[in-house]
Amino acid sequence: MSETKSSVPMLRVTNLKRNFDVSAPWLNRVLEGKGKTIVRAVDGVSFEINQGETFSLVGESGCGKSTVARLIVGLYEPSEGSIVFEGTEIGPASQRAKHPEIQARMQMIFQDPYASLNPRWRVGDIIAEPIRFSGLMKGKGKAALDARVGELLTQVGLSPQDARKYPHEFSGGQRQRISIARALAGEPEFLVCDEPTSALDVSVQAQILNLMKDLQRNLGLTYLFISHNLAVVYHVSDKVGVMYLGRLVEWADTATLFSRPLHPYTRMLLDAIPDLNMSGRQRTPVAGEVPSPLNPPPGCTFHPRCPLANERCRREVPRTLPAPGGEVACHAVEEGRLPPWKAQAAA
Amino acid sequence: MTSPKLLEVRNLRVEFPTRRGTLVAVDDISFDIAAGEVLGVVGESGAGKSMTGAAIIGLLEPPGRIAGGEIRLEGRRIDNLPYNEMRRIRGRQIGAIFQDPLTSLNPLYKVGDQLVETILTHLPMNREQARARAVQLLEDVGIPSPGERVNHYPHQFSGGMRQRVVIALALAAEPKLIVADEPTTALDVSIQAQIIQLLKRLCREKGTAVMLVTHDMGVIAETADRVAVMYAGRIAEIGPVQDVIQRPHHPYTVGLMGAIPSMGVKVERLTQINGSMPRLNAIPKGCAFNPRCPKVFDKCLVDRPEPMPAGQSLAACWLVKEPVHV
Amino acid sequence: MRLPTARVIEFWRAASDSDVFYSFRRSKLVMLSAAITLLFFIAAFGASFLAPHNPFDLASLNLSDAFKPPAWVEGGDPAFLLGTDDQGRDILSTIMYGSRTSLSVGFAAVIFAMVLGIALGLVAGYVGGAVDAFIMRVADVQLSFPAILIAMLIDGVTRGLMGADRHNESALLVLIISIGLSYWVQYARTVRGSVLVEKNKEYVQAARVIGLPAPLIAIRHVLPNVMGPVLVIATINLALAVITEATLSFLGVGLPPTQPSLGTLINVGQQFLFSGEWWITIFPGAALAILVLSVNLLGDWLRDALNPKLR
Repeated sequence: MSETKSSVPMLRVTNLKRNFDVSAPWLNRVLEGKGKTIVRAVDGVSFEINQGETFSLVGESGCGKSTVARLIVGLYEPSEGSIVFEGTEIGPASQRAKHPEIQARMQMIFQDPYASLNPRWRVGDIIAEPIRFSGLMKGKGKAALDARVGELLTQVGLSPQDARKYPHEFSGGQRQRISIARALAGEPEFLVCDEPTSALDVSVQAQILNLMKDLQRNLGLTYLFISHNLAVVYHVSDKVGVMYLGRLVEWADTATLFSRPLHPYTRMLLDAIPDLNMSGRQRTPVAGEVPSPLNPPPGCTFHPRCPLANERCRREVPRTLPAPGGEVACHAVEEGRLPPWKAQAAA
Repeated sequence: MTSPKLLEVRNLRVEFPTRRGTLVAVDDISFDIAAGEVLGVVGESGAGKSMTGAAIIGLLEPPGRIAGGEIRLEGRRIDNLPYNEMRRIRGRQIGAIFQDPLTSLNPLYKVGDQLVETILTHLPMNREQARARAVQLLEDVGIPSPGERVNHYPHQFSGGMRQRVVIALALAAEPKLIVADEPTTALDVSIQAQIIQLLKRLCREKGTAVMLVTHDMGVIAETADRVAVMYAGRIAEIGPVQDVIQRPHHPYTVGLMGAIPSMGVKVERLTQINGSMPRLNAIPKGCAFNPRCPKVFDKCLVDRPEPMPAGQSLAACWLVKEPVHV
Repeated sequence: MRLPTARVIEFWRAASDSDVFYSFRRSKLVMLSAAITLLFFIAAFGASFLAPHNPFDLASLNLSDAFKPPAWVEGGDPAFLLGTDDQGRDILSTIMYGSRTSLSVGFAAVIFAMVLGIALGLVAGYVGGAVDAFIMRVADVQLSFPAILIAMLIDGVTRGLMGADRHNESALLVLIISIGLSYWVQYARTVRGSVLVEKNKEYVQAARVIGLPAPLIAIRHVLPNVMGPVLVIATINLALAVITEATLSFLGVGLPPTQPSLGTLINVGQQFLFSGEWWITIFPGAALAILVLSVNLLGDWLRDALNPKLR
């Protein structure tokens, strides 16, 4: 989507790949005469995120969406491809190490609020750590640091007194607020949110989503939002990318993707969402399950579950083609044999 | 509900004695399930919904115990049965499906053997008949080439297929009631739809009643006939599913519905209920929801509301009787 | 600043409210073991003030006091409660001084093993790869020898290198190192296992995203979260180390009779066992058994108390 924004995107990811070696130990391989086993967790993903927007990646477990998140913040090193943050290449670890100032501008919010806070640390120390490390408040003294921590806690809806408590004294939602406060402490511009609400209850999820929206508006943050929940993604995103077995099969602006989905997999996901207002509606359950990433199907990886699959889909990996509001990788779309989408959900 | 009551739960109370005092996980709840009916039980974590299910199937984890009330299955009390008698009822009359299919299946036995064993325990059949029935059950739950799969071990099935096997196991002795605790939570979205459809179809065909415990309102909306919304160990609201969703009476249900992001209507902010569910050791006096309730008034702080008729539903809220206040 | 007192009060309040303290209060056996262990510690480390005699003050020794039976036996002297040995030393006092040596060696050996094991385990677990493989293979090799054997080997080598005289002087240090070296594997393995679990937790990933260097993450974030099981092992290991020391000393490769530990005392006494002077070896033996049993019971309890699954 490059119609109005003429400036460079904040983040550009090109042909990003990451393989994991899940082979048995060397000795076992030699004795059993087996080769290496490689999982292509991320297999050639490209997208752009503009300043101030929320880009979401959705998909089922094992589709590689969390791996993309971890590649971008540098928890993993890409096997191939490039990650360009405001014009600077930070894909390879050596490149990233040269630019600590860029690393400081991105932060991550994790899924599990119970595992993402060090249980032995006081909340104040947890939040102060990025400030101390980055030297943001060097020479301003402890009082100033405490004041900043209090300010951050207030910003996420907690009280400055909470700094003295330990994480176990908080509920899941409050812990996630602490996580957000820690992420904000280093004054980042870009936040990668890996399923930030999927471990939370619905009413608490609403609190966190509202908070994230408020923060985005007030601080001008840019989000990469990872989720399996399409309703949440619909609510928060400007653009949405759909991943399947390590590939980005379709992306578009939110309105387009949800009202006129193109890729059969996107359509299947949308069809699978339970609808509160239509009790007893028959969802069209899609046959089959996600194949093992160890042994993905050839051609278009979705073909075994796709109602539109033909010989070409089984053989040839589909190219990514421009589509209204985004891009899609599907032979059926290219060949124009895609049936029209019944716009039933978008009432 | 004209059909006879299959399960009656009256003033059920589940307690956990701890050294810091007794925690009340389920506090004086009553509901019925009619034969062939699907009752959804929703609530956020800690609401006591799983505990209620566990109490009914007699699988409360110690030190949890039923401290009061009655559970009746077809008029017969089952909450005070000795372990062995309860075991016979479990499986034969009440089937159970849990969140993690791996915990319901013994990894060391072939799924066929587990099915046959269950069938033989509960039904008057010989081994051959039981085996034929096992294959039939696997076919019923949509497992391809069941004749072959019957000889496979649980780990040879994928997550969705495993949950199908668990459903087959729960249905093996043709129980009248199935207690399903978060049966789809561990599964991917696309598989969830399959499992829900399957559960619904089988129960309709066989006339099995289902108590569906979940945190996912969407699953309930699609599956249940009636729904009970639980909060802090109590039932906040119970009624026909569309009434509860479209015309909620309890402020908690109203908030819960608003908090679910919905597709189609894009709102800038979701309705949020501030705060979080109280911990079991700090349940407020009066209505348990009073610290978070936007419509709280003095009575709520003192007196606990019992479920009262509100439209087609029952809602445990003083506002139902005194509609306009502040 | 009243901060320290406030902290102490806060700590005590938290401690007396904790589950560990609760399970401690609930078991009479554990409280008894703790009391006995405490008694040993007081008796051992306060030996210079509390012991009725100083058995190593040659001037106060009197050979006519030799072979006195315990006070309650006929011919016993009330001044020597548990009797005397062949040189007229008070058995009670030698036990107190001997316990001091035993416990010192035990503590020092445990600390040495702990520091070594934790460091290697942390490095192995956090760095992984070839470093991990190397450290753990060394540990495997080490495990295939009994601890006593390793201790005897090290002791023997140093004895050979230094000669018997100088060896006697440095016997304490050699003993500590040899016992420590034979017990580090357990710590390393436990720590490595816990580190492998902890390092994949999201709080560690969060620290990495902040940009903290690996050693800092390993020490500040991971280490405090793997210390629970280490403490349990350390307690049980203290008993083991005391026994190992006693065994080595009994076998004559440990501490010399001039610097006796409980093991040395048992060794010295056993030659009189059949000539009727049973008290010289039985009392130090009983003291060793009671000490080791108490510490072990404490260790068992600590393991259960810190493991929520067993509660």
